[in-house]
This record gives sequence, structure tokens and C-alpha cells, in this order.
Amino acid sequence: MTARRAGWLGWLLVAVLAWLIAYPLALVLVEGLRGPAGWTLEEVRRFASRSSEWEALWASLWLSLASAVLSGAIGVPLAFLFERVDFPGRKLLGVLVALPAVLPPLVGVVAFLFLYGETGFAGRLVQHVLGLEDPPWRLEGPVAILLVHAYSMYVYFYLFCRAALSRMDGAMLEAASALGAGRGRTLRRVVLPHLRPALAGAALLTFMTSLASFSAPYIFGGGYRVMTTQIVFTRLNGDDGLAMVETTALMLLALGALALFRRADPGGSLAGVGKGTAPGLARAGSAHARAGIAAAAWLLAVLLLLPHLTLLLVSFVPVGTWTTEPFPPVFSPGNYAALVAEPERLRPLLNSLWMATAATAAAVGIALAGGALVVRKRVRASRLIEGLLGLPWAVPGTVFAIALAALFSVRAPWALRTVLVGTAWLLPLAYLIRNLPVTGRALLAGFRQLDPALEEAAASLGAGRARTIRRIVLPALAPALAAGATLAFVTALGDFVTSIMLYTYDTRPISLEILGSLRQGDVGVAAAYGVLLMAASAVVFALGARGESRA
Amino acid sequence: MGFLELEGLTRTFAGQRAVDGLSLTLQRGEVLALLGPSGSGKTTTLRLLAGFEVPDAGRVILEGRDVTPLAPVARRFGMVFQHYALFPHLDVGANVAFGLESRGVRGPELSRRVAEALSLVDLAGFERRAVAKLSGGQQQRVALARALAPEPQVLLLDEPLSNLDPSLRERTRRELRGLVHRLGMTAVVVTHEQEDAFDLGDRIALLRGGRLEQLGTSDELYATPASAFVASFIGRASEVEARVISTDVAEVEGARWPVRWAGPGPAVPGAAARLLARPEGLRLVAPGAGRVGGAVTGRRFTGPVAFFSVLTAGGANVEVAAPPEAAREGDVVGLEPTGADLHLYPAADA
Repeated sequence: MTARRAGWLGWLLVAVLAWLIAYPLALVLVEGLRGPAGWTLEEVRRFASRSSEWEALWASLWLSLASAVLSGAIGVPLAFLFERVDFPGRKLLGVLVALPAVLPPLVGVVAFLFLYGETGFAGRLVQHVLGLEDPPWRLEGPVAILLVHAYSMYVYFYLFCRAALSRMDGAMLEAASALGAGRGRTLRRVVLPHLRPALAGAALLTFMTSLASFSAPYIFGGGYRVMTTQIVFTRLNGDDGLAMVETTALMLLALGALALFRRADPGGSLAGVGKGTAPGLARAGSAHARAGIAAAAWLLAVLLLLPHLTLLLVSFVPVGTWTTEPFPPVFSPGNYAALVAEPERLRPLLNSLWMATAATAAAVGIALAGGALVVRKRVRASRLIEGLLGLPWAVPGTVFAIALAALFSVRAPWALRTVLVGTAWLLPLAYLIRNLPVTGRALLAGFRQLDPALEEAAASLGAGRARTIRRIVLPALAPALAAGATLAFVTALGDFVTSIMLYTYDTRPISLEILGSLRQGDVGVAAAYGVLLMAASAVVFALGARGESRA
Repeated sequence: MGFLELEGLTRTFAGQRAVDGLSLTLQRGEVLALLGPSGSGKTTTLRLLAGFEVPDAGRVILEGRDVTPLAPVARRFGMVFQHYALFPHLDVGANVAFGLESRGVRGPELSRRVAEALSLVDLAGFERRAVAKLSGGQQQRVALARALAPEPQVLLLDEPLSNLDPSLRERTRRELRGLVHRLGMTAVVVTHEQEDAFDLGDRIALLRGGRLEQLGTSDELYATPASAFVASFIGRASEVEARVISTDVAEVEGARWPVRWAGPGPAVPGAAARLLARPEGLRLVAPGAGRVGGAVTGRRFTGPVAFFSVLTAGGANVEVAAPPEAAREGDVVGLEPTGADLHLYPAADA
């Protein structure tokens, strides 16, 4: 391929990405400023004058900050415990602790509901033991949201921090102590600065995920609104103009936070310094201390696994058999059989499968093209391509759902708009866009690690383009391809936040069927769907871990 | 007419001429070393030969045929890459077989030729090994076997020894030279190490700024360097300010030394000049009238000889090879030519 042709292809890719990603977002901005009679600030004024809007914005902001702080408070000590202290069962528990990441957000929320909700196991147990008339608590409001966030998001801090600790050069700690620094000073002056990039990365990820979080506030929020739920309810009320302004506000909040963060922490420069062997494990002093730590760690692991176990247990509860008992009286695999046997139950499974597959395939294709053009051909549009591929990561899913609904609700070929709302195309398209950051990042990294000399070597050995791609490039990219594709696939499979706004009855995905089953009281069926999603995610997680250990 | 000819090759990157009108001719079976400091254009020259770069001007001619427009695939020059570029997901055998498969070799013939290529580099029976599990020296040999297996007409080697540690490097260099000569390969080796170039190259092309500075055997480059740059790049040489007396005499700090005028241009009596002296071109003597005097500022012991740093009265730093006991640090000494060539260049020659 000539440089000229690659250059043109680069701009073509920019055009496609801009149409799918930047254009709908711009449209949201514009439509918030337009009324039936042309340009107007009417909707913005309405937004600004309603205290509920400001409360929701503030709730989104403080909940995200608090989620980051709380997740860090749990994840960082855990990382130190599992990376630096030796005790029986360390390896196995170290993996189990990362399990909350395996739950798609909605499934995690549902599992929490079954466990700690007012009719959950914990509540019923307490009610039964104390002989109370009513459930002892209601899991509702900001505290409930915060708990769910902390439960699922401490994993970011845990994984990032553990990775950084394992990369740390043991000689550095020895140097510090040789220079007379005590444990406290070493921690403050050496270890923590070394962890800074990891902590900053985890904090950003937690903040952005919380800001975009929809499942937890939707299920547990009750009357308490954050921006994502506020948008959905406004939309359900048919107040589209106001929804556009709200969406713009959330988008600006997310992008503003990201920009602020980038300014405060411009690139982690310490990450690459580490070379050498990781510091040795500290052995807890006495036998008692070691047994104590091990027991505490096991207890913790059980606590973290309880939601998963609850989900599994509830999935075997037949419809209508569990009413007031503290523990379900009957178990049977009937719910799973129903998923396959009843066409109405099977449909969402098939829908999610084909939509996630199509979206992932398309996202991988685009990411492959992006990687080849940006890394290999270094086309002029490289920065734009990379920026556009990453943009959906910074924008909450709710915003994209609204934006796509806006773009594809009007037939206007000259404005590159057509009607896809209500068709089977919109959801896979939304999944595709949401998948681009993950697949894009994986494949760009893959291409960057791929030695360009490999392709030259193949050429010098007489292999043509097709054979070089088939025998050399794709196999060498396989780990990156697998990592990006599987992560994208499970994310799409479990998607709730965009689905709830864009689905039609015929294309309803698993997440909406879970919601529907819950509303009808079919907790067992809802749990069975959840277990399937959890299993799919676990498989992907295991594959990813294996790929990493091989690389 | 040579076997492989480079005709006025020129390649410009962002306004910088990486290779600037380079012309070279290789005979069949000849090994040419491209030597030069980094940025001298040697790797670009090799990539132009391989076809990975397209020249802005000039041609590459193989056996009288212009191969410049051919893509690397069609050119089929064997290449050993600096970091080997072994295919990490293929085992040793599959790496070596790759080029043969491109030529349609299949079945028992394929396994036979893979085994043959591997035994050439002393890796017989290594077919099923994973390349990542091999040592650096073994990887280098797999890369060589892979390049040789399809029997290329020309073998190109990009810094083939730069990733090996010193002891392994010398042995591998010997083996490489033996193998290339035994097979009668026409080869071009890029290196920035003069020892590699001396050892591997039948002739050496010394490049500087994309231009050919001097072409010749290692002896020629050492004994009759065409420029001050060559003299200082090949071997060790100290530089002293001098004045031209005639084509074979120069005045250095009041003393008259026999020299070899190396140009460029004619020697102009009275003109300022630069004298480049090899450590063995001078010896330490007692200080005296009519001799360049100085003080020993350092001594580097290497075994049979030691290298003495001498600061002359005129302020030049000169390195002199002498028996280890010849002087001690701080001694006041005189310098005298040994009779080995001292090379004289115009002062303006940068």
C-alpha cells in the first residue's frame, strides 16, 4: 500500500468514526439549544432553574468522588496484603479477590439485592433471628449506591496497585534502608511515589465508571437521582429537549473531570523505571499472626464471594416457591431448562449473543484498521483516529444512548441521518461504539509491540502481503485480538445502560429480561440469566489471565 | 562489470540526505562491510539494497539486471536483522521453513532443506524448539539459517553481532566468516564496530554522512587513510597541530617529523596542518633539544604494551604505545617518530 493510499484510508476512517462518535454527541449539544421555533436557550433555562437537576449533578459528582475514595481504601490495603505478605492460600485468594470484576454491573446489583436487599438473605436472617415484623433495613439511596460501587470498583485499585508493587525493584527498598530510611519513610518517600501512576489510573477509572454508573442508581436509588437516572426518567416523561440539556451536562462533567485529571497528572513517568526483581515477601512474624492473617483473608474472600454464591443459589429457586422463609425451601434446575425450552426466554439470549458478536466483530475490524494505519502507516490522521477510538470511554453510556437515538430518529440523508430507532440495527451499533475503546486500545498496543522487522523479514523471505498477514501479523497479534475481543464481547453481552434506552421488544437483550423477570417476581429466572452472564465473564477473565501469564 | 552494483544511490529523509550518491561494486562471492558511525547511512543503504526503502535516485543492479523497482518479496535477498526478527509464534523449524515455503518447497524436500540449513549453523535437531527459549547466540544462528535456507543470491546482515556479549561475539564472528566464505555468498554487512568490519569484510566501505569516505581492505584503510576522519575512525590516532614543510616533512612544536601527506589537495609549504599519529607511530625518549617535549599524564596498562597519555609543551594530548616500564606518571619525556606513517592533512579538513 502506498503512503498516499494509506493517507486517504486514514481520513476515511476518521470520517466514519466522526460520523458514529463525534457527530451524535455534537447533535445532542445542538438539539438542547433548539426549540420548535429555532435556536433558543429555553431548555437550558429550564434546566438551570430546576433544583432537582443541580441535586442530581451534585449527587453524580460526590458519589463518584466518594466511590473512588472508598474503593481505594479497600483496594490498596488488599493489594499490599496479597503482594507483600506471605500466608497460606495467598495465591488462590489473590485471584478470588478480583472476582467482583467478573460481574456485569446489572448482575452485580441484582446479586447485591438478593443478598442484602430488604428481602435478601441477610435481611431475612436478621429478621428471623430477632423475630421482627418487618425487614430490618431497606437497601436504598446514596449509601446503597456507594456500597455497590465500592464492592465492584475496589478491584481497579487492587489490580493496578498489585501490578505496580510486583514491578517494583526490590533493590530500591534495600537501597532506601541502606540509606537509613525507616519503614515509614520508605513507604512515604519510595513506595507511594512509585505507586502514584497506578493509584492515579485506578482513581480515574473508578471516578469515570461511577459517573457513568446506571444499574446501581437505577435499582437502588429509589427517589435519589443521579445524572444518568435523571436523564432516563426525563426521557421516559417525553421531555426530550430537557433530556438533551441534561445529557450535555453529564457529558461536560465527564470530559471536564477527565481534562482536570490529565492536567493534574500528566502521564505516569515512573512506571517504566522498575527493572530487576520484585521485593521478597514479608513473612508475618509469629505462627499466631500468620494464622490470624490467613483466617481474616479467607473470611474476606467468602464475604466477597457471597454475592456470586447467592446468585447461583437463587437461580435454582423455582418460581413462586420462596415467600417468607429465611431460606428457599425448594431447589431445582428448572429455571435453566426454561431459558432454553421457552422461546420467550430463549429469545433475549439469542438476541444478546448475535448483537454482541456482530458488534465485537465490527469493533475488532475497525480497531485492526486503526492499528495498522496509526502504528504501521503513521498516517497524518493518526492522532485523530486514536482520539476518536478512545472518546467513547470518556463519555457515559447514557449519553451515547441519547446521542444515537437523536442521530437515528430522523430520515435526512443529506445530513447523514436515517431512522434506525425501533430497528434491530441500533443496539449492535451502540455496542460497537462502546466497544471501540477496548478493542482499539488492545490492538494499538498489539501493533506497537509487534516488531516491524517481522513483516520485513517475511517479505525478504518471499512472502506476499496476504501470506504475511495470515502467517505473521495476525498470529503475532492474536493475544491482543483475543484480549480486546473477549472483553468487548462480554461487555456487550451484559450491557444494560444503553440497552434500556434503545431496545425494542424484538431485540430485547439479556439485561432487560433480567429486569423484566425481577419485576414479575421471577427471581430464579433473573438469577439464572445473571449466572450465565457471570459464567461468560469468568471464562473471559480466565482466558485473559492465561494470555497474560504466557506473554 | 560486478555482480552487485550500487549506482549513485540517494535517499532523503525530511530534507536530510541519509544516503548521498553512493556507488559501490561487489564481485561474486565478495563480502563488503559497510562501516561508519551512527547516522552515516549504512543501515539505510542496506535497506535500499533489500528493497525496504525506495531510492530517490540511483539504481541497484544485480548481474546486469536493474532490480531497483522490485519489491523486497521479488528481490529475494536474504537478510539477517539486527534483532533477528524471528517469528515468535513459530518454532525454529517453521522459521527456517518460511522462506522455502514461499518458493513452493514442500514435504520431505522441505524438512531435508530445513535440517540442512540448521546443521550449517550447528543447530541440527533444533527444529521443534521455541525461538524464545534459545540463547542470544542461538537466535542469531537461527536467523542466519532462515536467511540462508532459500539460497539467496545476496546475503544482507544488519549489525549481526551487536546483540551478543563480547566473548560470544568473537566466536560467532569467526563462525560467520567461515560459513559465508565456505558457501561463497556475496554479502553486505552493516556494522559500527571496526573489528567486525576488519574480520568479516573482504573490503570495507567507510561511510560518513551518507557518502563514501573510503573503500578498501582493512590494511589499506589503516595504513593509508584517505582523510583525517578515516584515520581517527579506524584504529586509534592522536591529533597534533603541525605546519607543512614539504610533502614528506612537517614541523611539530619546533621538531621536524617525516610524514605522509594524505591530502586532499597538494601540500602547500608553510600552511597549517593536522598531524594524526598512531600510538605506535611515536615513541618515548629522553627530553632534549629538537624534540617535542611533554609530561606523562596517564598510563593505561594492557599487558605487553601500555598506552601513555602525554601532554606536550604545545598543549596537545598524544597517546603513545610503549613497553609498560617505559615511563611513569609525571615523568617529563620527549617524543620521536618511530618511522611508522604519520598522516598529515590540511587543517581545514574537518
